[in-house]
Amino acid sequence: MSTSSPKLLSVSSEWNFELLEAFDRELGRIAKDFGLDTYPNQIEIITSEQMMDAYSSIGMPLNYNHWSFGKQFVETEQNYCRGRMGLAYEIVINSDPCIAYLMEENTLCMQALVIAHACYGHNSFFKGNYLFRTWTDASAIIDYLLFAKNYIRECEERHGVEEVEAILDSCHALMNYGVNRYKRPRPLTAAEERERQRSREAYMQQHLNELWNTIPKKEGHADAQQTRYPVEPEENILYFIEKNAPLLESWQRELIRIVRKLAQYFYPQKQTQVMNEGWACFWHHTLLHQLYDEGRVDDGFMMEFLHSHSSVVYQPPFDHPHFSGINPYTLGYHMMQDIRRICENPTDEDREWFPQLAGSDWQASLDYAMRNFKDESFIQQYLSPKLIRDLKLFNIHDDASLPILKVKAIHNETGYQRIRETLAGQYNLGNREPNIQVYNVNVRGDRSLTLRHYMHNKQPLGSSSKEVLKHLHRLWGFDVRLESILPDGTVTKRYECPPSAELLEVICP
Amino acid sequence: MSYIIDRRLNAKKKSTVNRQRFLRRYKQHIKEAVDQAINDRSITDLERGGKVSIPRKDISEPIFHHGPGGITDRVYPGNREFSEGDEFKRPEKGGGGGSGQGKASNQGEGEDEFTFNISQDEFLDFMFEDLELPNLIRKELKDATSFETRRAGFSSHGSPDKLHIVRSLKAAYARRIALSGNRRDDIRALRKEIWALEKEAVTDDTTERLQALRASLLELEKSVKKLPFIDDFDLRYQNLVRIPIPSSKAVMICVMDVSGSMTQSIKDMAKRFFILLYLFLQRNYKQIELVFVRHHTLAKEVDEQEFFYSRETGGTIVSGALSLTADIIKSRYSPSEWNIYVAQASDGDNWDGDSSLCGDLLREKLLPLVQYFAYVEITTGPHQNLWYEYEGIKDQFSEQFAMQQITQPGDIYPVFRKLFEKRTEVNS
Repeated sequence: MSTSSPKLLSVSSEWNFELLEAFDRELGRIAKDFGLDTYPNQIEIITSEQMMDAYSSIGMPLNYNHWSFGKQFVETEQNYCRGRMGLAYEIVINSDPCIAYLMEENTLCMQALVIAHACYGHNSFFKGNYLFRTWTDASAIIDYLLFAKNYIRECEERHGVEEVEAILDSCHALMNYGVNRYKRPRPLTAAEERERQRSREAYMQQHLNELWNTIPKKEGHADAQQTRYPVEPEENILYFIEKNAPLLESWQRELIRIVRKLAQYFYPQKQTQVMNEGWACFWHHTLLHQLYDEGRVDDGFMMEFLHSHSSVVYQPPFDHPHFSGINPYTLGYHMMQDIRRICENPTDEDREWFPQLAGSDWQASLDYAMRNFKDESFIQQYLSPKLIRDLKLFNIHDDASLPILKVKAIHNETGYQRIRETLAGQYNLGNREPNIQVYNVNVRGDRSLTLRHYMHNKQPLGSSSKEVLKHLHRLWGFDVRLESILPDGTVTKRYECPPSAELLEVICP
Repeated sequence: MSYIIDRRLNAKKKSTVNRQRFLRRYKQHIKEAVDQAINDRSITDLERGGKVSIPRKDISEPIFHHGPGGITDRVYPGNREFSEGDEFKRPEKGGGGGSGQGKASNQGEGEDEFTFNISQDEFLDFMFEDLELPNLIRKELKDATSFETRRAGFSSHGSPDKLHIVRSLKAAYARRIALSGNRRDDIRALRKEIWALEKEAVTDDTTERLQALRASLLELEKSVKKLPFIDDFDLRYQNLVRIPIPSSKAVMICVMDVSGSMTQSIKDMAKRFFILLYLFLQRNYKQIELVFVRHHTLAKEVDEQEFFYSRETGGTIVSGALSLTADIIKSRYSPSEWNIYVAQASDGDNWDGDSSLCGDLLREKLLPLVQYFAYVEITTGPHQNLWYEYEGIKDQFSEQFAMQQITQPGDIYPVFRKLFEKRTEVNS
């Protein structure tokens, strides 16, 4: 793109609305030239106080009321006021139009960076990536949140704040287990949701009546006792409770449903953090450099930009006091840049590792990668030996039964493959969160609910599990059991709520 | 296509509800922290907000997560010296690994404490929760002598300075419309007719009719114009009424013994007690005046500085202070206008023959005038004669009179609470 009269957009670091519009127009034009497909943008300028508000209601512009958001707010406020923490430069919401918050305190350069990062980077990722396309409905989320907020407020008026809060507490404890991992959910729309609500109540009651019918159907049909309910283990615990808990009232089921739907909405974000941030960083970097190449911004602007950019993608080494795991911005950004490098300037090593990528059109290849992967598969597919060397990645094997740690792989020829697989595994949600599923309900007996924790690498459950079980017990209304089992089927630990003393001990050391 | 929206003026404080719910949920914890603060901190600090710490484990939201143990394989960046196959001892404190799950402890100020600030108002709310001023209601119903003028709509009579122009013009306009309604309809009809006729071909017949029509139109318009633009009848005045309001003024009279037996530490305790009472009254009354009366053998009204810090010696005669208090009330604070609170602090010492005199003074002169009389005895020793004298009064005037003993600074707040606890709890 050649501009006939290259002209600086601004030399000041103060922003105003005309300048924001100008930057957005220019960045939008460049993004389009690069083939980024985005939702329309809704850029909102807010104060730091409003940013804290947004922050503490899980980033959404509106949300139902709950004490835990208040706790989050109090903590954020405290940290911010003490200067212990800067606020995020931006919050962007996967909605159509895509809402991005810009803080008024930011300089013009930061605003431009945020527009490039959020309004074109994240936005195009939300629109393009297969997880977001399948699992979330960008056009409906705001309406749905409004519906949820109003519904919960009505429930509070009718049943009391405490009652509602108790159910929400329990749902939040199980929120990570309120998603369908493999089935595509029905898209949510607030209007249908309201309509369906009533018919669902009636249907549900009928279904429950059948399940909990105590009138014996056939005398002497002992086999029925042997089959489990559900026949296949159910991974979506909240869904199972919503549909099957014997004692819940219909509004309580509705609350479970709301929390479940929100969990489902956030599910793709949890699985694409590296890619999403990497993609956004790659594009703010590319777009702003293009702006510079066209002569629309000056050196001072670029210096400020590069300073922010490099602190965002800084990765402290493992022994650094600030180290807190791998920075998803760093990993993602470098992987995206690496893909472009492999396409444009492949080395022999790249040709061997990425034959299909080397020398291909970088825009098409990058677009393909963005659309069709999540963190786990993306790393599995694209982490190159060069990047492993650049970041000096190494793999530690930690077996709790041994007093020593073992370095299993480092950045060398023999280690690349293992590091790549381990790192990919690290981003597998299935490994990160304990795999707990609904195993059985004693339908004809004491109505107790049994969950099974399928142990991965012998990792036990954390200390708060008993507390979670109490919440589960509140929702289910009858005894709840949780068994940790090894792949060979032996049960290593049982939890119960309410606890019965003899079952609490460890069965198998 | 992008839209840029300025939301800076939108509602802030969206999190207020959530914050309040959080505070309510952890009320017990916050109350403990507040009580702790009151005992620990110097009393002047109470006028600020407070820092509240809650053990993190008490407010964490439980989820299922992996605990320590089992086999984990993790990738770290920034390798320097390791090569494949290296083995080393597991670092003591996680050494850059694990999921970063903090260990919970219930004491000590560590990272495990969830700490946040509450504002002064919230602080005092927690501090004075469950407390109430005795006899407040009685005062509000009876003796209302001050009035407030409030707006009460509009009236058609009033003095010119209360004239409400917009309302008056509105009324005038309405009157004009109402009175000219029919004629306006006729005018409209006539105009239409004229307009239609004007379009037709000009004949003698039409010209004649036009003329007739125009004449009647003119007539009508004239009569409409005759309606006065504004009439006496339209005028509207702001209506103000006088509403009696309960007195929002209070006077707090601090009476303290400054005889030789009152050490500085005893006076400090008394001061804390007085300040607590002051803060508490401040939440109930708009305006509070303070009167300080100190006494040894002689009673004297002094300013705050002198009250708390000058030191005198000598014996103790309490009755002088009480009669001075009664005089002050009589001359400056009429009970019909003022809510009167008296707080007396002493180490309990009194000249033997004086106590019965004090009792009489209280019964006859003071208690009928005051809202509440609180007596604190700051002593570690056995009760003295004043205490026993007052005990008799307490039985007689249990509504208005209260007494408690303070032995150490930690008692001040509990004692204060006891004095002002909701009445039902005291009786039970």
